[in-house]
This record gives sequence, structure tokens and C-alpha cells, in this order.
Amino acid sequence: MKMNGARIMLECLKKEGVDTIFGYPGGTVINLYDALFDFKEIHHILPRHEQAGTHAADGYARATGRVGVVIATSGPGATNTVTGIATAYMDSIPMVIITGQVPTPLIGNDAFQEVDIIGITRPCTKHSFLIRDVKDIALTMKKAFYIARSGRPGPVLVDFPKDIQIAQSEFDYPETVEIRGYKPNLSGHPRQVEKAVAMILESHRPVMYVGGGTVLSDSAEPLTELARTLTLPVTTTLMGLGSFPESDELSLGMLGMHGSYCANMAMSNSDLIIAVGARFDDRVTGKLSTFAPHAKIIHIDVDPTSIKKNVPVDLPIVGDVKDVLLKMIKQTDKNKEKLAGFVAALTPWHSDITAWKEKHPLGYKQSSTIIKPQFVIQKLRELSDDDAIISTDVGQHQMWTAQFFQFNKPRTLLTSGGLGTMGYGLPAAMGAQAAFPNRQIISICGDGGVQMNIQEMATLVQNRLPVKIVILNNNFLGMVRQWQELFFDKRYSSTCMELPIDYIKLADAYGAKGFLATKPGDVESVIKQGFEEKGPVIMEFMVAREEKVLPMVPAGASLNEMVLNA
Amino acid sequence: MQHTISVIVENDFGVLSRVATLFSGRGFNIDSLTVAPTNEEGLSRMTIVTRGDDQILEQINKQLNKLIDVLKVLDFTDGSAIERELALIKVAAEDDARAEVLRVVDIFRAKIIDVTPKSYTIEATGNPLKIDGILELLRPLGLKEVVRTGAVAIGRGAKGWNG
Ligand SMILES: Cc1cc2nc3c(=O)[nH]c(=O)nc-3n(C[C@H](O)[C@H](O)[C@H](O)COP(=O)(O)OP(=O)(O)OC[C@H]3O[C@@H](n4cnc5c(N)ncnc54)[C@H](O)[C@@H]3O)c2cc1C
Ligand SMILES: Cc1ncc(C[n+]2csc(CCOP(=O)(O)OP(=O)(O)O)c2C)c(N)n1
Ligand SMILES: [Mg+2]
Repeated sequence: MKMNGARIMLECLKKEGVDTIFGYPGGTVINLYDALFDFKEIHHILPRHEQAGTHAADGYARATGRVGVVIATSGPGATNTVTGIATAYMDSIPMVIITGQVPTPLIGNDAFQEVDIIGITRPCTKHSFLIRDVKDIALTMKKAFYIARSGRPGPVLVDFPKDIQIAQSEFDYPETVEIRGYKPNLSGHPRQVEKAVAMILESHRPVMYVGGGTVLSDSAEPLTELARTLTLPVTTTLMGLGSFPESDELSLGMLGMHGSYCANMAMSNSDLIIAVGARFDDRVTGKLSTFAPHAKIIHIDVDPTSIKKNVPVDLPIVGDVKDVLLKMIKQTDKNKEKLAGFVAALTPWHSDITAWKEKHPLGYKQSSTIIKPQFVIQKLRELSDDDAIISTDVGQHQMWTAQFFQFNKPRTLLTSGGLGTMGYGLPAAMGAQAAFPNRQIISICGDGGVQMNIQEMATLVQNRLPVKIVILNNNFLGMVRQWQELFFDKRYSSTCMELPIDYIKLADAYGAKGFLATKPGDVESVIKQGFEEKGPVIMEFMVAREEKVLPMVPAGASLNEMVLNA
Repeated sequence: MQHTISVIVENDFGVLSRVATLFSGRGFNIDSLTVAPTNEEGLSRMTIVTRGDDQILEQINKQLNKLIDVLKVLDFTDGSAIERELALIKVAAEDDARAEVLRVVDIFRAKIIDVTPKSYTIEATGNPLKIDGILELLRPLGLKEVVRTGAVAIGRGAKGWNG
């Protein structure tokens, strides 16, 4: 049966198991939207801005592990997705972005609403395609989804000209796909695995440094098993939070610029770092020349470019985290007789770590009059469901969430780490809620960033997506203010939000509920009221305005040169 | 150190700009770049001459390999490949200089491909160092225009790039 290109596109999405998409109509996707009108198998959510739609697809992908899909029209619709694409690219999130394009004969003519979106997004996509023939749609989409989700995941953009949407063809979806130049190496080399386990068994001060690759490959289980069998202390990056239960004694919490004292001390004193799907970001390593000076490094990563990019590596293992961890578990099993001795010999290392934990635990000064932001985060943990999903925006509140929420399950933290995109939190939560209508989805935002996609309140209310929005209101662009306080003599240039917003009225305007807490005694009741509401809510907490995120490794300092209280 | 890298790519739309974007976006140097189709349908071959320390060259290699359209990256470390470049050189040649130009052309086994009373146009091929050499000798006589293709390279021995 012949059908038009627009319909073929939807059939492709269905074949890929897509059930929910986000998108915004316009001239060059009007045919696609016409096909969508009676295509019941795909649920379409209309955000109020294409950037938000892209973050929503990203949040959907992070929460589920599936490929997020977003549609935008050509020109301004397409350019509005760019921040969302770059955000997903930096954190390796699988996504397919379908942009309308002017009809093929007009491409290059500066036609109405024409932009070279492939050119614009080339540096922030894993790959991109321009469909030039209706017969190519199926194979292109098969490739797009395969590239987006395999190996190191990432966003793939498909530019879809209007005339191709109109043209007719048969629909025939390929079962398999073969791309000559793309063969991600998923299987870790057995010899390298053997060497890795041998290196671990010879080490005395090992640390597992666990990153987003562990979440992306759904490897929390084998990771936890291996760490517990070998009693290896585990620290995670911001992106790795949740892949190892922070409630476990072996957990050191997050490392890096705002990491825990014990995690950064453990890295600085370690003799063997086992990096698992982590990319030695500068927020993590601090000054490179003094990073982990005593440690050998084993680096497990599916992307060879991540290995030896920033630090020299003693044992690289290219492969999928899950594959490698499972092999390491087997290999450890083969060395059972050495295990007891190894674990016993770690006792001094474990006591060093306990001493660091006790010396400077994460903390803050409680107040009876002003709400401390960290206190709100702790209360949220206490009062929320075990499997609640948390999204954050970017800033101080993001770091307090990372430090104080205690993440125990993978895919329960959605946060923009690599790009640090303000405006991410609310729409990402929206995407997660669309995927899991019955789970508790909490979006923790600052008063600055929440305004960057606040229009999505409308989408939440319209689609009955009961996201719980938490605003930690310090009436400052707090993270920048903190830097100004510490490094610019308290010259608060353009970081004070001069105009207070009445968020309760704002919630009301969108048809949602708002609750306000101004003193510590309000915190618990506001959270409880918010959680009890059936629909979306804003919970606003007026928090200590000049609270700082600590500890902090100043930019350019070594990991063990933390500012603990300033 | 200077390195010559051959990259076998799928002849897809935009592949050249993907490679160029990679180099500019990551701050890698390109001294020269050539590209043309190969004997195999649908494949092109780029030859890129670049510079950097070992760590940078390793990244260049890995990053090129990561591009979906790239089938193979051949890094020719010194001696493993034969390199050639073509140059078209327009040089001023009047009076005594005319004989001098012809002598240089002869020494470098180059060819005169166009003649006017005031100039010669020369075609020279060879290793890029040889092209540098002939230009060195012609420069004092007055170079009017120089067009170089950039190096192309092929591995030594009986095997082709894919066996
Ligand atoms: C305000 C702010 C402050 C921050 N402070 C900190 C901080 O204090 N500490 C901190 O840790 N971060 C911090 N970050 C985040 C930081 O910028 C980086 O995003 C983060 O450290 C990167 O985490 P990662 O190394 O886990 O890498 P990711 O970006 O998650 O990369 C994942 C790695 O795993 C690999 N991978 C992917 N899939 C697989 C697979 N299946 N198998 C094998 N490998 C795979 C990828 O190739 C990649 O190398 C901060 C961000 C912001 C915005
Ligand atoms: C789109 C964007 N613009 C600017 C920044 C720089 N920036 C990082 S944190 C921050 C302050 C955020 O303020 P707020 O949302 O109130 O959160 P707080 O730090 O106060 O918790 C700014 C401006 C950014 N990360 N993203
Ligand atoms: Mg703020």
C-alpha cells in the first residue's frame, strides 16, 4: 500500500517502539501533523517552546533508557531545539530530532524559514541525515535510531523536507541495519579484563570512580555486585549518581568540585582508580597535574576518544560497561582464593576512609528562623516515594540536590551535567512524567532557571502531568553569586533577581496549585500538601539567600585543596 | 610533528564538512587536505596533513574513527607511505632568468606547461619536500602564483588499504 512520506515517518516511529513524542507544528511539518491527527498509536505532547520539547524528550530518554523523540518545524522551530540537542549531546542521551525542512528544490535559496540546521547542529549531534527521497525514509530512520541508542548514545537529527513528506511510496521497514563505518566495540577484551582484576587484587587503596556510562548501560546491578564482592569504595560523578546506592557503607558520594571530602581525599590518596563509564571531566579532576598522583588508572569506556583524553591511562578497556563488569565478576570468581586476603588487606584503607567521612561529613548550619536549602532537600528525600524521579535545574540547588538527596536507584536523577543548561529541569520532569504517569516526579529548580521554561506549566496542566515543582528561592542567581562572593569581592554584578515573583499566583494563573514556605516550620507541611495534590504544583521555599555550596574545589586547584567552610 | 593521515569515507552528503568541523571545533591543525573518489564506488579518500604531539594525534585518529561516515583511518608514520604532491608554479622569467628557470626545472624533473615572453608555468610533482625545494630555488626569480594540491599518500607494499 502506498502512503505519503509523513505517514511513513510515523510508521517508522511505531516500528521503533516509540509511544510518546514531543513537538511543535509549523509550515514544513504541517503534513506530518496531518498524518499524526488520526495516528492513534503515538501520543503527542505539545510543549510551549521547542527547547522545552527537546528537554522533555531528553528527560523521557533519561528516565526510561529509550530514545526520546522531538519534532520541530524548519527555521526558528529547528533553531529552538539547539540548546536541547547540545544538552543531550554533552550527557550522551539517545534522542532523535525530526526537523521540517523547506522543499528540496528550494534548499539553499534562503527560502522562507530555511536554516541549515544540519550545519548548525553538526558539532552537537552524534550524526545527522537529510532525507532526499521518500524511498529513503525507512532506512534513514532505522539508522537514526540505531546510531542514537547504540555505543555511546547521543542525539541524531533527521532533516525532513516538506516535499518528501508529501511524496508517496510503499512502506517497508528494514529488519536489520548495517553501517560500514559504525561498529561500536561493545565487548571488553578478555585479556584486559584479566589484567584489570589482577591489578585490583594487587592494589591497597582502590577506588571505583563511576560515571554516567554506568547509568546509560543499565549496569547498576553488576556494579553493585562487583563493588560489594571486592569491598571497593565507590564514588560517582554527578551523572553517575544512583548507579550505586548512596546508603551503602562503601559509597563515598559524589566527587569533584562540589564532591564530598572523603571522595576527593580517597581519589587523591588512591593507588588504583577504576573508572567505569566516566570521562575525567575538569569538574571532577581539578588541576590535572596533581590529579590522583599515586594512582594507576583502569578506564572502562565504550568510546575510545574518552580514554586518555585528559589523563594518562594504565589499562584501557574499550567496551560496554555492563559487558565488562559481568566479565570482571566472572574473573573475580576465578580468583576466589585471593579474595579473603585482599579484602582483609583493605582494612587500613577502609579505616582511612571512615576517618575522612567522620572528619568532614557533608553538612550545614541548621537555623530555626531561616529555611536552609539543604534542609528542604533532606525533607524531600524523607517524604518522597522510594522510586521518585528528581530533575534539577542548574545552579546551587542542583549541587545541594546531588549532595543531600541520597540517590539509591539509577535513572532517578535527571540533570544537565556537561552543558549545565538552565531551563532544563522543568521540561525534563515533564518528559519523565509522560513516561511514568504514576510515579512521583519532582523538579528541583532555582528561582532563576525555573523562569527559563516556566511556560511549560501550561503543558503540565493541559496534559495532567502532576510534576511537583520545587523552587529554592534565594532571589539570586545563586551559583554565580557564590563565585562573586568568593572570587570577586562580593561584587554582585547582575546576579540579584530584583523583582520578586509571586509564584503562588503564577501557579494559579496556569490552573495549578502553589504553596509557599517562609520559615523552617513550614517546610514539612508544604511538601506534604504538595505531594498530596493530584495535579502539578509549585512549592516555593524562601531559603537563606547567601548560603554557599561547600565543600568546593576552586577552579584550577587540586582535588584535595577543598574549601570546607568559607 | 607533521603527520599524514588517509581517511576512507563514505561519499555521503556533508562528509567533508564533518571532518572539517571536527578539526576546527577541537582545535586540531590542518596543513593540507585533499579529497577525491576512490576505485570503490561510493567511497572517497581524504589525505590530511596535520601536526601535534602524540596525545593530540591519538585523539585525531580516534575522533576521525568515531565519525559515522569514516570507514578507515590510516596513520602513516614516517616511511610507511609514499607521498606525492603536484604543484603548478608561475614564475617570472626574463633575460638571464629564463635559462636559470629551465635549469631548475631540469634538476627537479619538472615540466614547462605554459610559456610567455615574461614567464614560465611549471608543473612539478614529487614528495612535498621536493616541492618545497623547487619553490625555494625559484623564489628569488619571482614567484607570481603557486598552486599546490596538498599531499596524497599510499601505503608501501603489495597490500591495498583493506587488504
Ligand atoms: C554547576 C555544576 C557543577 C558540577 N559539579 C560537579 C561535581 O562537583 N562533580 C561531578 O562529578 N560533576 C559535576 N558536574 C557535572 C560535570 O560537568 C560533568 O557533566 C560530569 O562530571 C561528567 O560525568 P561523567 O564523567 O560520568 O560523564 P558522562 O558525561 O556521563 O559520560 C559518560 C561516559 O561514559 C561513556 N559511556 C556511555 N555509555 C557507555 C556504555 N554503554 N559503556 C561504556 N561506557 C559508556 C561515554 O563514552 C562517556 O565517556 C557539575 C555540573 C554543573 C552544571
Ligand atoms: C542557560 C544558562 N545561562 C547561564 C548559566 C550560568 N549559570 C549557572 S548557575 C546560574 C545561576 C542559577 O540561578 P538559580 O536558577 O536561581 O539557581 P541557584 O544557583 O540560585 O540555586 C547561572 C546564571 C547557565 N548555566 N545556563
Ligand atoms: Mg536562585
